[in-house]
Amino acid sequence: MEAREIVFDFLEGYDLLGAFWVTVKLTVYSALGSLIWGTLLAGMRVGPVPLMRGFGTAYVNIVRNIPLTVIIVFASLGLFQTLQVTLGGGDDFEVINFRLAVLALSLYTAAFVCEALRSGINTVPTGQAEAARALGLSFTQVLRLIILPQAFRSVVNPLANVLIALTKNTTVAAAIGVVEAAYLMKDMIEAEAQLILISAIFAFGFICLTLPTGLLLGWVSKKVAVKR
Amino acid sequence: MTTSVLFDAQGPRAKQRNILYTVVFVAAIAALGWWVYTSLDEKHQLDWVKWEPFFTSVQPWETYLWPGLQNTLKAAFFALLIALPLGALFGIGRLSDHRWVRMPSGVVVEFFRAIPVLILMITANAAYSEFTDIASDVRPMYAVVTGLVLYNASVLAEIVRAGILSLPRGQTDAAKAIGMRKGQTMRYVLLPQSVTAMLPAIVSQIVVIVKDTALGGAVLTFPELLASVRPMSANYGANTIACFTVIAVIFIAVNFTITTFAGWLEGRLRRGKKSTGAVVGGGPDGGVETIDTPKLVAEDGHKV
Repeated sequence: MEAREIVFDFLEGYDLLGAFWVTVKLTVYSALGSLIWGTLLAGMRVGPVPLMRGFGTAYVNIVRNIPLTVIIVFASLGLFQTLQVTLGGGDDFEVINFRLAVLALSLYTAAFVCEALRSGINTVPTGQAEAARALGLSFTQVLRLIILPQAFRSVVNPLANVLIALTKNTTVAAAIGVVEAAYLMKDMIEAEAQLILISAIFAFGFICLTLPTGLLLGWVSKKVAVKR
Repeated sequence: MTTSVLFDAQGPRAKQRNILYTVVFVAAIAALGWWVYTSLDEKHQLDWVKWEPFFTSVQPWETYLWPGLQNTLKAAFFALLIALPLGALFGIGRLSDHRWVRMPSGVVVEFFRAIPVLILMITANAAYSEFTDIASDVRPMYAVVTGLVLYNASVLAEIVRAGILSLPRGQTDAAKAIGMRKGQTMRYVLLPQSVTAMLPAIVSQIVVIVKDTALGGAVLTFPELLASVRPMSANYGANTIACFTVIAVIFIAVNFTITTFAGWLEGRLRRGKKSTGAVVGGGPDGGVETIDTPKLVAEDGHKV
């Protein structure tokens, strides 16, 4: 008891759980945003309108090749400080930076969600789409009722990898001053002489976030996989 | 006329509808574009003065962009150079018959794959300043390379493992039958063949490495391409938007070249007669397609 108190003394005054909670919030909001936008992009890329197909392809190719850091820093320096886009955050820098980070993470991750979904659409046997068309369903109906439900079930694993990558990518938000785990870690390392211990704590925190995600979604993917 | 299994060949009504969708979509894009244009114009970000330095003089290229790009590529190059052999070592280690080699390799690989690369870079930076006497002006570079090596070596280890596992069992059996030892089997039979299967995934990993160097610029004062935004926009009259545009274009050009090369390589290897046809695909943002140990990749669908 005594020894433990001395070793972890330096944790006093730092909101460790709070920082990881911000990481979790960033992950969840960005995951939802990128899932919606990524699905729309995938729909555009396989759809019948040539212009939308071109837009989807261009979007994915451009966004995948820009570093996330550039997008996030641009959101802060370009969108906020130059163009005064506040996303309804008022004067509160913390809220604004958080929302900008969510926006940037969503826009970036959507490209990967779109690619994962598209490969999932390719795994659905052509007979499914042909049967749906034979019933007279329109493109949106084919996609919504027949293809996407099956595609989603087959891409749980790739999407889990995207989610894990997203969880790790939320640390980039530290670059624009969102007080999440990596930001707090940098702070603590500068103020305390406990480098190894601090790093170990944060590494452990991220392992606690990413490992269960992988295991849980791996189990889900086996559960929901379409038996063919 | 495009056809797809997802929609019927378009009749006159469908064509009309598509034209309607196109018009609506163009209108939405145009509205967005107009908003971007007016807000940029309002802040005088579109003034020619702010864009001119990039087109009329070599100074921004000579002073900021080219050195920045050089640092970006240098860090990526060294990271790849060190991570490749390390990754091969751990990838092969995970396939070892000996438990005491397999287990530690597995733990190391899974550990560094689960941690954000930024955390690794920050730790490396602090560790170098505390325990070594590396000069403070090159320390960020060392830290960036260290972080990239630790993360990418573990990703490359998974790629190597998946590549070796993608070979048919008969290869190992045949090598055993002619009396090769385990090391010989690996060196003369398995590795040379699996390299072709791994190459596209390795090349796509280079894109991830190049992109991750930007972290060093944003967080660790590593003078790479992204870090040149602040001094540039301070020097050329707050042309933040112009600077970001130029930098994004450079990143896209570099990475698009690598991605295209990877795609071409993958297509070529898939068609190739000499390889087994199995190709290890790149995962999202680095890594291979699955995170847990069984059934790794091989995009041709055959279970490894």
